[in-house]
Amino acid sequence: MPLEAYLAVAAVLFVIGLTMVASRRNLVYVLMGLELILNAANLNLVAFNRFHPESHVDGQMTALFVIILAAAEAAIALAIVLNAYSHFETIRPDDIDTMKD
Amino acid sequence: MLPAPPIESLTAAAAEGATLGNSAYAFLLAVPLLPLVGWLLQVFFGRKLPRQGDWLPTSGMALSALIAVVMFIRVLFQWNPDFLMSSAEDGFAWRFFFSDGSIPAPIAQFTAGILYDNLSAFLLAMVALVSFLVHLFSVGYMQGDSRYNIFFSNLSLFTFAMLGLVLSDNMVFFFVFWEIMGLCSYLLIGHLAQDRKQPKMSAAWASLKAFMTTRIGDVCLFVGMAVFWAKFDTLSFHGLYTATADHVAANGWEGWMTFGAIMMFLGAVGKSAQFPLHVWLPDAMEGPTPVSAMIHAATMVAAGVYLTGRIYLLCSPEAQLVIACVGAFTAIFAATIGITGFDIKKVLAYSTISQLGYMIAAIGVGGVSAGLFHVITHAIFKACLFLGSGSVIHGCHHEQDMREMGGLRKKMPITYITMLVSTLAISGVPLFAGFYSKDAILAKALEKSMVTQEWIWAMPFYLLVVAAAVTAFYMFRLIFMTFHGEPRSDHAHHAHESPWTMTVPLMVLGFFAVFGGKFWITDPLHAVSGGRTPWFMALVHDPDLERWESSAIEQAHGYGGHGALLSHAADGHGSGEGHGAAAGHDEHHDVAHTAHVRAMITSIIVATLGILTACLFYLFGVFNPKKVAAALGGLYRLVFNKYFFDELYHATVIRGTVVFSGFLSWVDQNIVDGTVLLVGRTMKRLAGFSGAADKYVVDGAVNWVGESTQAAGQAVRRIQTGRIQQYAYFTFAGAVLLAAVVLLDLF
Repeated sequence: MPLEAYLAVAAVLFVIGLTMVASRRNLVYVLMGLELILNAANLNLVAFNRFHPESHVDGQMTALFVIILAAAEAAIALAIVLNAYSHFETIRPDDIDTMKD
Repeated sequence: MLPAPPIESLTAAAAEGATLGNSAYAFLLAVPLLPLVGWLLQVFFGRKLPRQGDWLPTSGMALSALIAVVMFIRVLFQWNPDFLMSSAEDGFAWRFFFSDGSIPAPIAQFTAGILYDNLSAFLLAMVALVSFLVHLFSVGYMQGDSRYNIFFSNLSLFTFAMLGLVLSDNMVFFFVFWEIMGLCSYLLIGHLAQDRKQPKMSAAWASLKAFMTTRIGDVCLFVGMAVFWAKFDTLSFHGLYTATADHVAANGWEGWMTFGAIMMFLGAVGKSAQFPLHVWLPDAMEGPTPVSAMIHAATMVAAGVYLTGRIYLLCSPEAQLVIACVGAFTAIFAATIGITGFDIKKVLAYSTISQLGYMIAAIGVGGVSAGLFHVITHAIFKACLFLGSGSVIHGCHHEQDMREMGGLRKKMPITYITMLVSTLAISGVPLFAGFYSKDAILAKALEKSMVTQEWIWAMPFYLLVVAAAVTAFYMFRLIFMTFHGEPRSDHAHHAHESPWTMTVPLMVLGFFAVFGGKFWITDPLHAVSGGRTPWFMALVHDPDLERWESSAIEQAHGYGGHGALLSHAADGHGSGEGHGAAAGHDEHHDVAHTAHVRAMITSIIVATLGILTACLFYLFGVFNPKKVAAALGGLYRLVFNKYFFDELYHATVIRGTVVFSGFLSWVDQNIVDGTVLLVGRTMKRLAGFSGAADKYVVDGAVNWVGESTQAAGQAVRRIQTGRIQQYAYFTFAGAVLLAAVVLLDLF
């Protein structure tokens, strides 16, 4: 399979993730969109590593770091969502707007 | 009443020659210091002392008078025309140095000491004695006054100043005492203005008038002193005489000397109430009568004459002419006013002015001795007249108008006789005190006119002769209106004789006025002049400028070589100007003798004439004074209103001052204040401009920065919606934009 196929799948994943982050009315789904975006990036990293052998395992290692980072991010973000829920009694991002001017 | 001189003093004096020994200075110093101590005690403790302390200054004054009289008698027994004690030369003096500190030598210095010569001795004794009698008289007269203690303290301070003035050997201290006297005169004239029960406003105005008028003279005196100080660098009398004598010998009389002398004389014009500055003295009679008697008749006004006598040697012939004319004119001028007065004290006041004019004129024509002799005799009979008038006023329950009196001679015999005697004396009736002095003055004036042969020098003599007649007339008018005829009011009906404290001084003074005639001509020790010339004039001879030339100074003090001067002066015809040649001296002597005889005859004739006229008018009623006054019409009104001098001064000097003050006030309000306001307004405008610049330029810039920042903030705040997802859009949009920039290579 050519590189473009991987990139196309990654682009689709990125756009889906971006759309979820931008439009879902539930913070948990927003987080899930975030995971999709990260995984789209991971897919690109792994794909580019596959098609560029001179780079050894740099792409895969970076993807591995991103997965670890995503796990940590998910843990913290879910904790924030929980706290936000206990404070605002909602997880609709539109309703949490106390940072508004 | 005079204590006998101690015998040992005579021998001591003989041994010491011309002085009384240095111990005399302590006694002389005590004479003015006793009243000073009396004043201090009276000022601080007077109110608390028994009898409000009146006995304190009075007894101090008695002691002071005693010392002065004893010293006087010791001087008299010296019988030395050149008697002179100067503490500055004997080493007893205060020396004042003024230095600016930069150079060790003083830039100015003067010496203040005691000068005690025959003239000082006479005046000191006279002033001390009269002052004591007035103190004594005041104990009776001022009884019940609400400011009794203050009156006595003022009287003491005045006496101190007058005694100090007589003893001063320099112009500076003379001037200081002169000013203290002016102050005391002011305080005493205004005494009744401060009365706690019924303040007398006229007294307040009178005191102000006296102070301001004499002030004009004082300033002139100061200017005169400054002129001589600037040229001669000394202000001691003897220093000035010496310097003047040397200057005249070298350069003759110069204009500035005439100017300086006339300025100094103007001081005397103010103090002795001479014409143009005479207006204050009659008003000064608002003061209590003892004050009038002492200050404004006997002593203080005589200080001006004393000054004129002391500065006579500094006077150029022109200045002498001015002095003679002012004096003679004042004599006749004031005497005519005296004719029309009705207030007994005012008549006496004008009489005083007139007699002071005599003295001044006498000094002007060169008769310093005669003028000062008149000071002494006048002090005695005028003090007696004033105290007598005080007694009359006291007896008539403070009635001063002679039209309300009459017939008092039965009710107040002592007052009547003493006043009559004094009136005879002032009129120049032979054998009474005033005759000798007045005669001497007239003789001197006639002699001067005969020597100079100039019409202007004849004027003083004729004026003085007429004044003598007028004096006799108005003084007898006073006596007849007051004591003769029938009582013309209830006050006069119920008049009574005064207590002994008032009559004793009267009798003492009256004694001197009547037996004074004999007393004055009797030569107590030596028959120098055959008993014909008043011994005063033998001792206080006319000053002679040549005597003061520096080379002659030692002669003057070494006493032995001065026989010529002694006998010359003892003749009583001391030369006014120097007459070197013996022939000239004899000729002068003849002229003097002729003048003397003629003047004496004239004097007796005019006195008799004046008295007889007064008898015709007021005693026998041959003429009716009212009809005569009506017949004279305008002339009478002119004299009755004192030649309208008060009105004239009011219209010119006072009104002028007021107008000038108004002008100054206008200048102040319009020009000075206007300038200030202009500056203020300009500053206000400038400040407004500066304020506007600050407000619109500086603050504007600052505000613009703030406002634009705020506007920017307002614009940007819209995007901060608080919605996370929106932020995500923006982030994405930014990323896309950056990607576009990078990928499309837009920049």
